[in-house]
Amino acid sequence: MSAPRLIVPRLAMQSLSNRALTAFLTVLAIAFSVMLLLGVEKVRNGARQSFANTISGTDLIVGARSGNIQLLLYSIFRIGNATNNVTWKSYQDITNRPEVAWSVPLSLGDSHHGFRVLGTTPEYFERYKYRRGQGLTFAEGKPFADLFDAVIGADVAKALGYKVGDPIVVAHGLGSVSFVEHEDKPFRVVGILEKTGTPVDRTVHVSLEGIEAIHVDWQTGMPMPGENITADEVRQMDLTPKSITAALVGLKSKLATFQLQRAINEYRQEPLSAIMPGAALQELWSLVGTAETALAVVSMMVVATALLGMVTMILTTLNERRREMAILRSVGARPTTVLGLLATEAGLLTLAGVALGVAMLYGVLLALRPWVDATYGITLAIDPPTAREWMMLGGIVVAGFLAGLLPALRAYRMSLADGMTVRT
Amino acid sequence: MSAATIASPASAASNADDVVRMRDVKFRWPGARGFGLQIDSFTLPARAKVLLVGPSGTGKSTFLSLLCGIVAPSSGTLEVMGTDLTRLSHSARDRFRVEHFGIIFQMFNLLPYGSVLDNVMLPLSFSSVRARRASQGGTVEAEARRLLDSLGLDAHQFANHSTAALSVGQQQRVAAARALIGAPEIIVADEPTSALDRNRQLAFLDLLFAEADKAGAAVIMVSHEEELGTRFDQVVRLDEICRAQRGSAAA
Ligand SMILES: Nc1ncnc2c1ncn2[C@@H]1O[C@H](COP(=O)(O)OP(=O)(O)O)[C@@H](O)[C@H]1O
Ligand SMILES: [Mg+2]
Repeated sequence: MSAPRLIVPRLAMQSLSNRALTAFLTVLAIAFSVMLLLGVEKVRNGARQSFANTISGTDLIVGARSGNIQLLLYSIFRIGNATNNVTWKSYQDITNRPEVAWSVPLSLGDSHHGFRVLGTTPEYFERYKYRRGQGLTFAEGKPFADLFDAVIGADVAKALGYKVGDPIVVAHGLGSVSFVEHEDKPFRVVGILEKTGTPVDRTVHVSLEGIEAIHVDWQTGMPMPGENITADEVRQMDLTPKSITAALVGLKSKLATFQLQRAINEYRQEPLSAIMPGAALQELWSLVGTAETALAVVSMMVVATALLGMVTMILTTLNERRREMAILRSVGARPTTVLGLLATEAGLLTLAGVALGVAMLYGVLLALRPWVDATYGITLAIDPPTAREWMMLGGIVVAGFLAGLLPALRAYRMSLADGMTVRT
Repeated sequence: MSAATIASPASAASNADDVVRMRDVKFRWPGARGFGLQIDSFTLPARAKVLLVGPSGTGKSTFLSLLCGIVAPSSGTLEVMGTDLTRLSHSARDRFRVEHFGIIFQMFNLLPYGSVLDNVMLPLSFSSVRARRASQGGTVEAEARRLLDSLGLDAHQFANHSTAALSVGQQQRVAAARALIGAPEIIVADEPTSALDRNRQLAFLDLLFAEADKAGAAVIMVSHEEELGTRFDQVVRLDEICRAQRGSAAA
């Protein structure tokens, strides 16, 4: 025999299964809203993680005078373009300062089948660090040594099916379909990097001189008619670049960071900017934060809407359930039992919705992860919910239970007013 | 005092035998034009079978609601089994009700979910006294099946049926079994037979009374059909024991 306490959840369950379809739709609405809320949270964290993990170990990034965020975005994340370059002479000046331990030049502007081409020095492969100081490693091959050697990121190799030894042709400009290709001077893949989860995966790396070489007979972006210099002739030329896009700088002592930053920002010969990657990321977060908050608020409102839908569902069934209440009271169920019954029902519905929503979210994450990674370079972590997320989920269940009190209170009042006959 | 003519031998006998005693009870449904009842005096003797008759809309159901404490009078005394219900709180009345009353509504007696057996055993979840009594002869389930059988519903066939599939007559039998299980002292029935034809009405009453006698329960039943009175110990006309008022008429 069941104890009176146990009969309430059992009745709630039976009553629910009696209205399985509406209950299921309600659960589904809650599930979708929970999926959205948690999904926004996951993507947000995933994006932040990915961004924060992209650069490490670099003290300053130097580029032409521009906004801090802009410089960070185009130099490291390959988002957007530099409006100006840094002259080779200025770069040399900075590199030769006593505080500087190392520096790596970056030259951007060309592309290969939609992947950015980065001109740099072999030192890049030692100095570039990501995810708390992790260095780049080669899955195959080695750093570039020859003028026309190229090292490609993991995604480039995978997407284009390149192996070490394959020739590639670099296009001028950044479009994925380029009108003019530097086809007279083909490069050769000499190394493929291990996957990093950063924009490096989507980059083709060549030497600074290589970038210079493919541009010697080009002026104003178009090949000059009648002037065709062969690859062999190029090797004889002076390929010291005239300018670079940006540079990564490491210092001997972190204490000198601010001092050098100020010196570069006040550099006389040319307007330059120096940024600390961490500080620029913070700046980015505070900028993106407003949008994130707006997104979070919207998804919370979607959850509230779903809970409202549930309350409406329970309220509309209330009239036909007055008999149920009258019967229950006639067999000794107290008004509080009736109250508990409806609140329990709401709680169960919300709980089911939350559980289903979480399950659906992980399903979607699992399914979309390769695509998000390939398209946005954001690696979504498929971790169990964080403490914060558990708290959010718990909060939703409590809110659902409390929302259920609204129809419950109504049912309570009706059950008191109905007497022996249920009037409709 | 207006006439509270209850011409039965039981009422003349010792008052200690009465299971219900009402005196000067006033009640009014909420609202400016709420229907009101005033009962000068009414008693229900133990084990008596009383039929309360009156035309529709004269307050019979309201009277039963008062009697079993579903609603509370604004003044007067209402003693059930020696306890004054007017002194009890809402939830205390609800608990009291399940211990001493078995209730059959006019319609819609059963929870639309759950089996026939679940519905019959429902009061036992709220009353340990009745649960104990119901399990005296064996298990509570055996008692529920016995009641269904004796009320003319084949327990073997219907016990695990969903209640939604039953006819009105069958539903009333399940409701009667639920009212009787665990032998409460008072069975309250609000026009339980109004949906049945005359032959079935009488058959239902006979079975109900047989089980009520076995349990030692009094039965108070409401009907607008006076012809049923032949089967009862006593017939009470509502207008004999109470005055009905509507709206703001003086009480
Ligand atoms: N739950 C209720 N709330 C308010 N008024 C009610 C309620 N139940 C009955 N009444 C009023 O009491 C009057 C008598 O109804 P009722 O007791 O059901 O009569 P009967 O059972 O004799 O047909 C009705 O006309 C109605 O206006
Ligand atoms: Mg009635």
